[in-house]
Amino acid sequence: MSVLPAAFLPTLVRRERASLAATLLAPPIALTVATILNLGLYVLMGRDPVAVVHAMLLEPFLSWASFSEVLLKAAPLLLIAQGLAIGFRAKVFNIGAEGQFILGAIFASAIPVWFPQATGQWIWPLMLLLGALGGALWASLTAFWRVRLNANEILVSLMLSLVAAQFLNYLLLGPWKDPNGFNFPQSVMFQYDAMVPILISGTRVNVSLLLTLVLSAAAWVFMQKSFTGYKLQVGGLAPRAAGYAGFNEGWAIWLSLLIGGFAAGLAGAAEVAGPLGQLQRSISTGYGYAAIIVAYLGGLHPIGIVFSALLMAVLYIGGDNAMVSANLPIAAVRVFQGSLLLAYLIAVAFVRYRLEWPRAAGRSQS
Amino acid sequence: MNAIEFILAGMLAAATPFLLAALGELVAERAGVLNLGVEGLMAFGAVLAFIIVYHGGGHLLGFVAAGLGSAVLSLVFAVVALGFRANQVATGLAIGILGQGLSALFGKTYESLTVKGLPKLAFPWLSEIPILGSLFIQDIVVWLSLAATLALWAMFAYTKAGLVVRAVGENPKAAHAIGYSVTSVRVSAIAFGGAMAGFAGAYAAVVYTPLWADGMIAGRGWIAIALVVFGTWLTGRIFLGACLFGAVSLMGLAAQATGLDVPSQLLSSLPYLVTIIVLGIISADRRLLKLNGVASLGEPFER
Repeated sequence: MSVLPAAFLPTLVRRERASLAATLLAPPIALTVATILNLGLYVLMGRDPVAVVHAMLLEPFLSWASFSEVLLKAAPLLLIAQGLAIGFRAKVFNIGAEGQFILGAIFASAIPVWFPQATGQWIWPLMLLLGALGGALWASLTAFWRVRLNANEILVSLMLSLVAAQFLNYLLLGPWKDPNGFNFPQSVMFQYDAMVPILISGTRVNVSLLLTLVLSAAAWVFMQKSFTGYKLQVGGLAPRAAGYAGFNEGWAIWLSLLIGGFAAGLAGAAEVAGPLGQLQRSISTGYGYAAIIVAYLGGLHPIGIVFSALLMAVLYIGGDNAMVSANLPIAAVRVFQGSLLLAYLIAVAFVRYRLEWPRAAGRSQS
Repeated sequence: MNAIEFILAGMLAAATPFLLAALGELVAERAGVLNLGVEGLMAFGAVLAFIIVYHGGGHLLGFVAAGLGSAVLSLVFAVVALGFRANQVATGLAIGILGQGLSALFGKTYESLTVKGLPKLAFPWLSEIPILGSLFIQDIVVWLSLAATLALWAMFAYTKAGLVVRAVGENPKAAHAIGYSVTSVRVSAIAFGGAMAGFAGAYAAVVYTPLWADGMIAGRGWIAIALVVFGTWLTGRIFLGACLFGAVSLMGLAAQATGLDVPSQLLSSLPYLVTIIVLGIISADRRLLKLNGVASLGEPFER
């Protein structure tokens, strides 16, 4: 069909079968295009593009210290994105991972805030569990609204994220504020046992990275090998067929949202019990939204997401570097993220479609 | 001035960003396009308007730039979602992130700076009614927004253009078969939605709270999308919904002024909570949504 009205433009024609080459090439091509576009923007802003590329895309790999920070950043993104991708495949658009992440961080912080003297090796695992439950609980509100009240999950989950951010502010300015914290909006520093053990000594990389990789493998088994995962995917691809086969839609929505909330909550808990060591306002630097991009860029596939999470972490760390060394505002990272997703969505169109030029074959039916 | 008068006086101005953005989204959705990038489009329009007004370009030029800028950004959405048939949810989110990022990038050096707002114009006679009179003392943009609401209502109710937009949204194949270009109608609807979101952002940044702060749109674009559902895709109901949200966002200020002992964060999240609750109530009536909803919403058109 003619997508664009002008007659000289090429048309998209549906392929007989999905192109594997396009599937694999879409992310690197999108990255290249987004990089070029953003470099153009930096040049317009009067920045030295070579310095920015060096700081953003190379420096994160040049020292073990900075690469370990990439791993540290990748863990929450990977975890959240794995959870979201399961929902996205079932066409359940949970975009409120940010709020579920915040609730996870709050639930986990309850233990060290209320029991600052407690000791024992059980504390941090319990915190992670509580965080995951907190995230799932927050997501369950969206599930209830969607299943029982028929409300759009995109809007409800997003609104709940905005509410969660306000709730966090309330706790940090009120009941959970550190009395000796010079009035900063942050909780007390957590005790030693409330911290996830370090995995690689000399870095801040902790055991939660390992947990994240294990859960990624679990996501792969769940989505690619289990019948439950299969039912979710059918529900997303062909809702009617799923209905005829007796797959319950409401159940799929509940499951998708609970998994997404669980993963995001766990990530939030690991963040406060890991690199931060306290509950603070800046726990939410947009992981929940960035993870949406990570999920899509990874092709909603558990293995692809591992790579896209690493890439996004590089962008975060590289963006920090570029802010210092090339005087690039940190907002540039968000611009890059947005353009990267747009470039990917265009590139991925070629998995299902090919271009046909008007003169080559005339008009063909799809 | 008591709390009720305070809310009445400010309600329409507070409602205007919601109203403008929601009317734009209404047209896009009526044509069958779900553009979730409204928040980013508003933020982008807001920063353009603020920069121009700050440098003395005046409000008119500021609004024009905001409308044009956001319309261009929404055309990027059109290219990706219509041209390449990408998932509209993902494309909208990407545009939202991009718009918010560009807004933060351009606005960086303007943080906490202020500009002058617009003067209020009183409607003759009506503004002299006790208590209710304050409703009729508003700036020019509010008056124009009310006119735009009426115009859109009339367009959908009485004109062929309105009918074509609805036909494209309800049954794109049929609209195509009788000779309308689904793509052109949808692209125009998206651009209109983008421009309205730009105006909405401009109003927020250079009239309503003429002070630049990153993230100043604060979820209003998302509430505008929810308003289209609240209003069950009807212009008049969307107007009422926008007024409700204008009033709700003032309630926080009014409550603080009366010294009510409620955490300010609860008051700030009031619009979001109301959105969630109202969304639940309206959506629970499945028949209503089905009757008024747009059949092809969010689906790419393939002949």
